[in-house]
Amino acid sequence: MKKTFTALAAAAIAATVAAPAMADLTVPNLSYRTGPYAANGIPYADGFNDYFTLLNERDGGIGGEKVVVPECETAYNTEKGVECYEATKGDGALAYNPLSTGITYQLIPKVTADQHVLYTPGYGRTSAANGKVFEWVFNYPANYWDGASIIVKYLTEKAGGSLSGKKVALVYHNSAYGKEPIRTLEELAKKDGFELELLPVDHPGQEQKSQWLQIRRNKPDYVIMYGWGVMNQVAIQEAVNIKYPMENFVGIWWSGSENDVKPAGDGANGYTTISFHSTGMDFPVYADLKQYVHDAGKGAGAGDQVGTMLYSRGVYAAMIISEAIRKAQEVHGTSAVTPAQVRDGFEQLDLTEARLTELGLPGFAQPITATCADHGGPGSAKMFQWNAASGQWDAASDWIQSDAELIDMLVAEDSAAFAAENNIAERCN
Amino acid sequence: MFYREAGDFKTSYREDSQTFPIKFDRLRFYAVLAIAFGVIPLFINDYWANAVAVPFLIYAIAAIGLNILVGYAGQVSLGTGGFMAVGAYAVYKLMTAFPEVSVFIHVLLAGGITALVGVLFGLPSLRIKGFYLAVATLAAQFFLVWLFNKVPWFYNYSASGQINAPDRTIFGVFVTGAQTSATAKYMFCLVMLTIVAVLARNLTRGTIGRKWMAIRDMDIAAEIIGVNPLTTKMTAFAVSSFFIGIAGALFFAVYLGAAEVGESFGIQKSFLILFMVIIGGLGSIFGSFAGAAFLVLLPVFLKNVLVGMLGWPTDLAAHIELMIVGALIVIFLIAEPHGLAQLWRVAKEKLRLWPFPH
Repeated sequence: MKKTFTALAAAAIAATVAAPAMADLTVPNLSYRTGPYAANGIPYADGFNDYFTLLNERDGGIGGEKVVVPECETAYNTEKGVECYEATKGDGALAYNPLSTGITYQLIPKVTADQHVLYTPGYGRTSAANGKVFEWVFNYPANYWDGASIIVKYLTEKAGGSLSGKKVALVYHNSAYGKEPIRTLEELAKKDGFELELLPVDHPGQEQKSQWLQIRRNKPDYVIMYGWGVMNQVAIQEAVNIKYPMENFVGIWWSGSENDVKPAGDGANGYTTISFHSTGMDFPVYADLKQYVHDAGKGAGAGDQVGTMLYSRGVYAAMIISEAIRKAQEVHGTSAVTPAQVRDGFEQLDLTEARLTELGLPGFAQPITATCADHGGPGSAKMFQWNAASGQWDAASDWIQSDAELIDMLVAEDSAAFAAENNIAERCN
Repeated sequence: MFYREAGDFKTSYREDSQTFPIKFDRLRFYAVLAIAFGVIPLFINDYWANAVAVPFLIYAIAAIGLNILVGYAGQVSLGTGGFMAVGAYAVYKLMTAFPEVSVFIHVLLAGGITALVGVLFGLPSLRIKGFYLAVATLAAQFFLVWLFNKVPWFYNYSASGQINAPDRTIFGVFVTGAQTSATAKYMFCLVMLTIVAVLARNLTRGTIGRKWMAIRDMDIAAEIIGVNPLTTKMTAFAVSSFFIGIAGALFFAVYLGAAEVGESFGIQKSFLILFMVIIGGLGSIFGSFAGAAFLVLLPVFLKNVLVGMLGWPTDLAAHIELMIVGALIVIFLIAEPHGLAQLWRVAKEKLRLWPFPH
């Protein structure tokens, strides 16, 4: 007994001390493949890993340096997220992408103090778009408020030019993530004259009968959803059950993956979502991915998510991070970049249409020109509609630009409050 | 041989009634304190503090709090997460409203506020017991989480409903916020835990603790011999909630730095702390430490072994980890239903007789 205890104790100390070897370029992947959010976490993590594997296999890394992507399971839980951050930050991690607004809120002060880049495309703290206040956080190309504004624009067009007098319901995950758009939607409701109804759904979101009963009774003209994980599938199924017209049901980009709509079968046909990048397999990069990653048996996960909406988003995030690293290498003239140099890479990122074509992703996303003050990007996105018959997302609009004037005003207001709370002096002046 | 009462002569009442009557125990206790205060702070780094030490210290405070209520006073509670949320939101409101007051005082005040709330939700315990009381406290859990989500005043009207701990110092050293060093976090929580543990230990072996145990063992008999059930139950709820409130305040302000009520203080937290108390041992201060250590350290340890050393895929490791922790809980409870504290007690009995067991 005593021997086993000593052995266990020794193993415990060895295990907790043992750190992975120093890598050339480390980009940790704080993913979640377990828990109620796994259905959405898995495709994203697969896409993220596969893209970096492709860079390593095809190009020998970025600028000749191999990229190492240690994965750490967070289960979308903030405590585990903090543990993952602390476990990986010592290895010279260049950028963090935790895919969780809750974890992002935890990490914003930490990365600022420890000087690591936090890249949160389309999630996290919206006002981080203001680079004057948030030096280490980037959330281009679009944020939650852009999403809300674009959805309202799309619905306005759908309603024939005006939402005045209409009823819009917001079904949201009752957390920081789901609450983010409320402020913007309230402003827009005042401006456009529609009535906003708020329907929170508590974590994890399997229980939504009462919310959908309310929708059935109040008959809102449109339903917007800010959901994630199992909540999405349940909401879409409930909408089908009450025969809510699916084309009037619009989800933010986190509520629009194949895994969310497929369980509802044909009933989900017409469900609309928004995305800041395109999806599908029609990009030249997939030929390379097939050749160097999947056929070589180096794909992440089960390999059944390739080409889906969230897989594309994982690829998108990995592509932006790799481009920022490349930019940092170019600016600083060294291939072994430090986290601080990668921050400069993010800030000076200039992603053009030509560069996207070079990467094998023509028309995949909008060009981005980041500056010291602008960490938020163009703020435009596209609408997609689910086609249950073909099992694909069909583009339902061209790129739509958010209401920049309103968003900028709200971002300035919120980031000023954050700066005042934390005694941060504005940069870039 | 070393571990025995014989030869350790007590010449005053004070010595006779000390916490650790056996010399070896006493020395061990001072040695643990010396290592915890003198050695660990010199070596602790961010990973050890944030992944292991700070959560362990905070959960130990919460477990001591719950153990007083469940283990000593016999009142079942499932509202721990909700009471921790009260502590967290109280300290947040105090920190933002009175920035000039020391955060140490804020944490204690947050405990006090939680104690008041705890007494309020403890009132039903005068009429109901056992499972019915568990349901009443469960209602407290859901009500408190709903309240902190619903009323924007509690989170200072922030857009996301999140609360963020501002930077605060004690004696010029940051103890909350991002600039806090690992040592400062660790020391702050350790000081709090030491105060709470010493307080709890002395409360439970004095009059109040005996009243709690009398109520736990048979409330009617206790009432007949002159124990007032009202004050006894209310003090149990108040002291327990005071400790849990401190734990919640530290959990938010020192450990997480930002919190969301549904996620950080949900029903899972109540169960987690109840499991700590049950696995550690009901009615034992040491058991609270052991239970907290078991449930905080084991998952981190397994994760590091499975992913870090064996290189398993993270999802497989996460699932196996759940199974191993679950299996160990069941095995431990079958082997020793009275928890880790009982194992410790048995070991001490054996040590007393060693090396001549007859």
